[in-house]
Amino acid sequence: MVDVSRHDVVIVGGGGAGLRAAIAASELDPELSIALVSKVYPMRSHTVSAEGGAAAIARDDDSLEMHGYDTVKGSDFLGDQDVIQYFVEQAPKELTRLEHWGCPWSRNEDGSVSTRAFGGMSTKRTWFATDKVGFHMLHTLFQTSMKFGNIDRYDEHFVTKLLVDGDVCRGVAALDIRTGEVKAILGKAVILTTGGGGKVWPFTTNGNIKTGDGMSLAYREGVALKDMEFVQYHPTGLPGTGILITEATRGEGGYLLNNEGERFLITRDYGVGTKAELGPRDMISRAITQEIAAGRGVEIPGKLGRYAHLDLRHLGEEKIMARLPFVRELSKAYANVDPVHEPIPIRPVLHYMMGGVDTDIDAKTSIDGLYAAGETACVSLNGANRLGSNSLTECLVFGARAGEHATGYIKGASVGEEGPFVQQAEAEAARVDALRGRQRGGEKVSKVREDMNTAMEEGTGVYREQASMAKAVSEIAAIRQRFEQVSLDDSSKVFNTELIAALELANMLDVAEAVTCAAVLRKESRGAHACSDFETRNDTEYLHHSLVFHSPDGPRSEKKDVTLGIWEPEERKY
Amino acid sequence: MSQKLKKTFIVTRFDPDKDEVPKTQTYEIEVEPDWKILDALNHIKDTVDPTLSHRWSCRMAVCGSCGMTVNGEPKLTCKDPMSDYGDTIEVAPLANFPVVRDLVVELEGFMERFQEVKPWIMVAKERAVEEGTTQQSPDELADFKQFSMCINCMLCYAACPVVSNEPDFIGPAALALGHRYNQDSRDEGAHVRNEIFRGEGGVFSCSFANECSEVCPKSVNPSGAIQQAKLGNVIDWATSFVVKRGGDVS
Repeated sequence: MVDVSRHDVVIVGGGGAGLRAAIAASELDPELSIALVSKVYPMRSHTVSAEGGAAAIARDDDSLEMHGYDTVKGSDFLGDQDVIQYFVEQAPKELTRLEHWGCPWSRNEDGSVSTRAFGGMSTKRTWFATDKVGFHMLHTLFQTSMKFGNIDRYDEHFVTKLLVDGDVCRGVAALDIRTGEVKAILGKAVILTTGGGGKVWPFTTNGNIKTGDGMSLAYREGVALKDMEFVQYHPTGLPGTGILITEATRGEGGYLLNNEGERFLITRDYGVGTKAELGPRDMISRAITQEIAAGRGVEIPGKLGRYAHLDLRHLGEEKIMARLPFVRELSKAYANVDPVHEPIPIRPVLHYMMGGVDTDIDAKTSIDGLYAAGETACVSLNGANRLGSNSLTECLVFGARAGEHATGYIKGASVGEEGPFVQQAEAEAARVDALRGRQRGGEKVSKVREDMNTAMEEGTGVYREQASMAKAVSEIAAIRQRFEQVSLDDSSKVFNTELIAALELANMLDVAEAVTCAAVLRKESRGAHACSDFETRNDTEYLHHSLVFHSPDGPRSEKKDVTLGIWEPEERKY
Repeated sequence: MSQKLKKTFIVTRFDPDKDEVPKTQTYEIEVEPDWKILDALNHIKDTVDPTLSHRWSCRMAVCGSCGMTVNGEPKLTCKDPMSDYGDTIEVAPLANFPVVRDLVVELEGFMERFQEVKPWIMVAKERAVEEGTTQQSPDELADFKQFSMCINCMLCYAACPVVSNEPDFIGPAALALGHRYNQDSRDEGAHVRNEIFRGEGGVFSCSFANECSEVCPKSVNPSGAIQQAKLGNVIDWATSFVVKRGGDVS
């Protein structure tokens, strides 16, 4: 028999969106019992690695209309415009709340919150706490969450299945990593806030925990994954590790140079106009990729591939230490370069998934009682390309929205008959027990994962073409078969990280399936989906979201309308 | 690619399902010269021994997961360069914590200490969002900013001689965090936290060995925070007899 616990709201994931959802639910109703289930201690969540800032209008020269327009243009008109409007309205309120909760936002001399420039944003609207914004936001949220007595944490619990009966979700099955036991954590509503799945790709800014868990959990229960073909390559990752060097480097005035020392975003036409280094990420990543392809990349002794240079020297040591101290620390520790004296070698690196669990503007999925927010969700704020600094704010705005709507929903809901849900958890316990230490074919988790990484990099890079995407579709299908032959060496129940890695790999293979399936069907170039064989945007045939559904016979796809009505789609030029 | 180097890793292993006491296991591997210690452990896990258990995630020195003892010193392994060591490297779990398995230590005790110092803004009356942001000068921010940089990596607890002797000691990271909120111009809860600081296991348990600040990978200086908190407590305690406190805070 599995251990059964009962709550009102069960939140899966303890990063920015999950903590904000928990606080929102707790503030609305202090009598609620809220479970916060995370495979790591919340302060380890990947929100911690975000660097540059969070967007919300703050200055007299700015407006909601401008933030909205910048966002919809950045999305290449695939963002839902009602969602964008709601987002920009809520954004300043959310960042103000965080200020009241103690977030150490950087300040102007007069004591007001300081803002900085960011890519694709038409004025300074990115709030920052030097260059560790995700870290400070996450710690502020986590520490603030501790004052609410009704948030029960399940730290280091890995959710293996949503408990769904008919079309309602009433909890999760979670593996207690410490003991190896699977538990049923029941609730009247479940919110998925597990982040993205950057570890599906080999060269990524993402931490080890970013394995698309929430996307896979929802996908397996029949919820669509939306706009999965759109994955963001951040222009500036460090060689070898892919460690993120924030866009704030360019917001503060940094240059991108080729091997001739030329500011190619100024001297050549990459569509970014006078924005130059402050163009949107999809365009800057393509520009760097083209410079390297044209033979103007920078070589680094001992490192494969070619790079561009990110030059901060002209900013001077004082400004770098005041605004970008973490960038200096990271560059020195992980690239052996001091940006005060030398340019930083960088290249585009997988950073963020615009797609995710299909939700409506209330963060609700197609299953009753199931919500999703943050990177794991696709509420359609970001469309085909996210603007830098919109995603931290998105975690707050839609984390809060999910918490509020889940709380509203459960007032009329009950768990009902527990039996079917507990039985599912028991079946999960048996499945996990069978997987732990199982001996099958000769496949290893690390090797299957590596081959998935390679297939995804070759098929879904900065530039894609039909042939390479089609190849990735078939390769991923074959790799999914190989997963069935994985053997596991570790049979211990205690902190079995090989078992967790296997469960995570299964999740990533679901994400990979959905990404490749959606990518091959979109025969146009829009935002981050740049097809060499279909170079232009095609609004006649492709101004729609793509949905991918799981089925035993392989993925099934559908289209979904984009919500327009405020800004007319136009050619995206800067 | 650069020349690979041969290294011997002696790693502490412990599986409570099978072992009475911890043992060591030796791995002979080839490493890239620019690897960190964590890269080598991940290499062992992926290619040599998938049963090795350790925590890690961001591999950029900000999530705080991968603290371990390397050649006897507490280190954040994702930032700890292989080039700092010779041919033989010993990796063990952090000292002063119970071991869950292999290199994974028990954090529950710390999480309780962490909550004990009330690490959130306490005010008599919460501000409404409509009132906008609080004014805080760059100098006021500087009063606490350094103490807000802790990544909870636990290196300071592993290094602290008081933690090893006094089980009730709240410890460096948690005390520094409490002090961070006391120093924040937006907070009104210092007198509440100071009572905790003055209590058993509080700031006066600290012997000022300064080991915590020396091992801190983020230059948070918990030792400095605790000395400041001691002074603040003496003043707070003295003035409590003559100054009426403000209303209740939460």
